[in-house]
Amino acid sequence: MIRTDRVFGVVVILAALAYIASAYNLPQGSMFDKLGPKAFPIIVGAGALISAAFLVLRPDDEPDWPPVPTLLALAFATLVLVAYAYALKPMGFIVPTAIAAGVLSYQITPKPLSAVLVGIGLSVGLFVIFKYALGLSLFAFPRALMG
Amino acid sequence: MEIFSNLALGFSIALTPFTLMLAVIGCFLGTIIGALPGLGPSNGVAILIPITFSMGLDATAALVLLTSVYYGAMYGGRISSILLNIPGDEPAMMTTLDGYPMAKQGRAGDALVISGVASFVGAFLATIALAMVAPYLARIAYKFGPAEYFALYTLAFATLGGMASKNQAKAALASFIGLAIALVGLDNNSGFNRFTGGNLHLSDGIDFLVAIVGLFAVSEVFFFIETHGKDSAVGVKLGKVTIPWAEMWSTRWTMIRSSVVGFVAGVLPGAGASLGSFMTYMMEKGIAGDKGGFGTGVAKGVAAPEAGNNAAAGGALVPMLTLGVPGSGTTAVLLAVLMTLNITPGPTLFADRPEVVWGLIASLLIANVVLLLMNVPMVKVFVKILMVPPAVLLPAVTMISFVGIYSLSGSYFDLVLMIIFGVVGYAFRKMDIPTVPVILGILLGYQMENNLRHAMTLSGGEWTYLFSSPIAIGLWIAAVLGFVAPMFLRGLLKRPEIRDADELVD
Repeated sequence: MIRTDRVFGVVVILAALAYIASAYNLPQGSMFDKLGPKAFPIIVGAGALISAAFLVLRPDDEPDWPPVPTLLALAFATLVLVAYAYALKPMGFIVPTAIAAGVLSYQITPKPLSAVLVGIGLSVGLFVIFKYALGLSLFAFPRALMG
Repeated sequence: MEIFSNLALGFSIALTPFTLMLAVIGCFLGTIIGALPGLGPSNGVAILIPITFSMGLDATAALVLLTSVYYGAMYGGRISSILLNIPGDEPAMMTTLDGYPMAKQGRAGDALVISGVASFVGAFLATIALAMVAPYLARIAYKFGPAEYFALYTLAFATLGGMASKNQAKAALASFIGLAIALVGLDNNSGFNRFTGGNLHLSDGIDFLVAIVGLFAVSEVFFFIETHGKDSAVGVKLGKVTIPWAEMWSTRWTMIRSSVVGFVAGVLPGAGASLGSFMTYMMEKGIAGDKGGFGTGVAKGVAAPEAGNNAAAGGALVPMLTLGVPGSGTTAVLLAVLMTLNITPGPTLFADRPEVVWGLIASLLIANVVLLLMNVPMVKVFVKILMVPPAVLLPAVTMISFVGIYSLSGSYFDLVLMIIFGVVGYAFRKMDIPTVPVILGILLGYQMENNLRHAMTLSGGEWTYLFSSPIAIGLWIAAVLGFVAPMFLRGLLKRPEIRDADELVD
């Protein structure tokens, strides 16, 4: 039976091997730095490798992953957040924040009207707090529009 | 007495109107953060760090604000434990055992007042003990060389890992992942880039704040999307709050005993506030015996864990300030605060920056008094705030996290990294891989490696140097015990089953 712990363990083992290989290419230590930049990363990589091997050999019970529709909803939330991260600079604060906050709010409690209100309310409210009460440098709208 | 002149110095810094105002704001915010399910001391402080720095507060002011939030969150955790049977944060879990039954009997007000006073007693005694113990430990810490520090860091990982997960291999893996992340970026000693894959953004390394906010705060949003915020607080009723003097007086020894035990639990690395509240509850239950009625809603049952976890919160500051080694997730976050302020905790902190140490201790004492005043007469205000629906709260937390990280670096790269940490945090918590050792690894990795390299250079590459002093050997033995012992103790110390609303380690 395929288990989450096994899959994750194998992924970590591969990553740890790549990590160790990458550390091997670093230079040796010198008189003033006996160990050099490669030794500790190799120790850490080996440690991760061994712990991951335990996961593969003795996996725990399967975690209760949510059903596929919920996983898709989580993936969508992640996409929205990434889009928000990219939009924040070019588009200013207000519009992207309202959209992102509204989407998350709708995903937690699916009521369209309240989600819209939460999005707009949070966006404007937080902007006022951050900009005027805390003095952070934020731009409300795209800088091109603000002149 | 030296301690009085030190405290006088501290109060002269902490008693300015501006810092007092910050303490009040911090306590208020902290209590709310602690009370809200899904937000606790660690993620609450985490999302506020970047914003505090963007405001350009000086070191003392920022510390006062954030430690007030920390203490406030420790107080606030009890509110939702008692009213909703949902611990606001993990250390408050034991408070549900007697707090919720009391609330069901219509004595929610009594439970809140008694636990509030117990929190005050625990935190206050612990802060005094911190002021007395820390300077001595700082003196011992002067004897530490690089070999001892390397052993000490290992001890911190071993005990924290031993406590944090049911599966030791997972805790160890989490530590190694954290350390591996810490090593990404430019190596200051050799001038080489490590593990950056040619990405320029990565040569500065991965900012620990990005990791903390992602793992602790953003991951929470995913949990609430999954559950649609079922654990929310709707329709909480709280009648008139009066102070049950006689009942409170009957718990005096419970509070004092629990404060002592909680403080000791807090000082031990890796144990922290959750263990403090667990141990004190079990101890008081044992002392009271079957006639004590623990679990049915008795005053001692809320006084013990609250005094214990607040005392542990104070105790956890001892190793953090004197050795630079955090004892719990929340103190790891506070260590992040200090590191961002360019304050290096450790024995030299007491000699070089007394104003920081004593200002901090004085502000903790002030925060405690403020919190007592806030949490007993004003408890109804916080109960109102508990009713904020998660559909408003969680988006707000996310947006605050984004603005905080964005205002630190101004780059979308850190934001994307934060989201990745959020997803990883969600998956790890599902898989019972603790996230606190990851944070600890990211925070301590650089210093751990430096101490190892320094030790090896001093010894000419002789590895036995790591075990050459009695202090170092003691630390190594403690590390092995701390990692192995929980495997055997786990059967003995079975935790009572409680609906887990929030699995964040304190």
